[in-house]
Amino acid sequence: MVEQNRLLDVLTWVVLIAGIALVGFPIYVTFVASTLTADQVMQAPMTMIPGSHLVDNYRIALLHGVGESAIPVGRMLFNSLMLALGISLGKISVSILSAFAVVYFRFPFRKIAFWMIFVTLMLPVEVRIMPTYKVVSDLGLINTRGGMILPIIASATATFLFRQMFLTVPEELAEAARVDGARPMQFFRHILLPLSMTTIAALFVIQFIYGWNQYLWPLLITTDHNLTPIVVGVTQMISRSGDAATAWNLVMATVILAMIPPAFVVMLMQRWFVKGLIETEK
Amino acid sequence: MEKRVVFNERWLPLLLLLPQLCITTVFFFIPAGEALYQSLFRQDAFGMSMEFAGLDNFKVLFTDPSYLTAFRTTAVFSVGVTLLGLSTALTLAWFADRLIRGKTMVRTIIVWPYAIAPAIAGVLWMFLFNPSLGLVSHWLKVMGVNWNYLLNGTQALMLVTGIAAWKQISYNFLFFLAGLQSIPKALLEAAAIDGARSWKRFWTIVFPLLTPTTFFLLIINMIYSFFDTFAIIDAVTQGGPGKSTEILVYKVYNDGFKGLDIGGSAAQSVILMAVVIVLTIIQFRHVERRVSY
Repeated sequence: MVEQNRLLDVLTWVVLIAGIALVGFPIYVTFVASTLTADQVMQAPMTMIPGSHLVDNYRIALLHGVGESAIPVGRMLFNSLMLALGISLGKISVSILSAFAVVYFRFPFRKIAFWMIFVTLMLPVEVRIMPTYKVVSDLGLINTRGGMILPIIASATATFLFRQMFLTVPEELAEAARVDGARPMQFFRHILLPLSMTTIAALFVIQFIYGWNQYLWPLLITTDHNLTPIVVGVTQMISRSGDAATAWNLVMATVILAMIPPAFVVMLMQRWFVKGLIETEK
Repeated sequence: MEKRVVFNERWLPLLLLLPQLCITTVFFFIPAGEALYQSLFRQDAFGMSMEFAGLDNFKVLFTDPSYLTAFRTTAVFSVGVTLLGLSTALTLAWFADRLIRGKTMVRTIIVWPYAIAPAIAGVLWMFLFNPSLGLVSHWLKVMGVNWNYLLNGTQALMLVTGIAAWKQISYNFLFFLAGLQSIPKALLEAAAIDGARSWKRFWTIVFPLLTPTTFFLLIINMIYSFFDTFAIIDAVTQGGPGKSTEILVYKVYNDGFKGLDIGGSAAQSVILMAVVIVLTIIQFRHVERRVSY
């Protein structure tokens, strides 16, 4: 604090409480709606006090599903988990290896390989959906987890971060390892990998959330409802024809369920996540 | 930057690169090349015949009023999202940085929207603003506002802009807070001794020193509002009412998957790619420059 200023101190709390309300209010209303009966939600204005149907609503949503397609939300949660883990673990393992190759070796076509990978930094899957869809369907990967995960792994963000991190590793470590006669993979396993743990943890959080939150690609790739992730499933529960056709209390229970896992990952790993996000993306 | 010490192996590095190169080739280069190629051809809806069209697809696009409208909508939307998201986040971060205790708690709460999927954020706010049963719509009606985003295009655009900015507040907040914390306190103290009040200190010291962070966030937010907002639009308005919230990405999807206009959709993809490449190059040049000072 630079100086004393009572007025500013009061203003600080007013602004921050407003900020917290801005974030918390929609989530709170959603939670309340998920504890009411369908009729109670339909009464405008809806009550702000949680109701008594919490257990019922969540049980119906988890075990039976909501709306026309009616796949159990439990199933959707499993699909989302597979998607998020597939993308985060897949991306991390593919990227760390290629970053290792690009930084620690000299070989023919190194420059070309480097540019082939890094040009993908720029183009998200959204801009090339049509042709990517065609490739995936030619490979027979429509309605498979592989088809959902692989095109999203084809991006160099993680490779770039690992490369930046490897470049800051002191030269002496590789030199010493080489003098001691370590093979490249031994150096990787016993020195580089332990040093990368913080970056891996941060990337895991970022990519897990990225994977969990995927929407457009899974929407296109899964016509089989058994593979639908929860983020896509929620929007399909909302009827476009009229509000009466939507079981809002169950939809809201599903929304809460969809938010818990990524929020949990962020809370649990907040320290690494914030550090990793800010240090690596700059 | 290059390493001095390297390993001399011939096949190992290629083996290590193989997984990424395969995935990149199959799911990136082939589709991106295909988009470029298709953008030069005219194709009938059944994919039976292809005819070389040169730059016709692009010419058609830039004379098509609905494409130009989508361009304008995207411009309004992305500028709105970026300004709203950045200014809210900077305000919150500046006040949070003043806190002596409770900083971690405030941060933990404000970080939450980062973990929420854009589609889910869309559903959260759509529920509050639902014309017939939304809580906020009810308050708006009490205040005399005739709120119905399902019929009123301007309101729909305002709603999706607000949701997209809301979702991005946490990300911006984290970067601004880190930026603020790295400003040397001595500078601010010196200015305070010279008689500069906090408002003046903010504009003459804090804001200029935050320029690199702000610039970085500006680009990130632009790219975000171009692409990641697809889910918000699809969940809340599906481009409607009419075409009033149809941004470019949504049009690529609509024309390609719903309208089956392959060439036109590919040409749109190519234009979008060009836009992102330009934004990324601007950012990279900026990063390089910043490293040197």
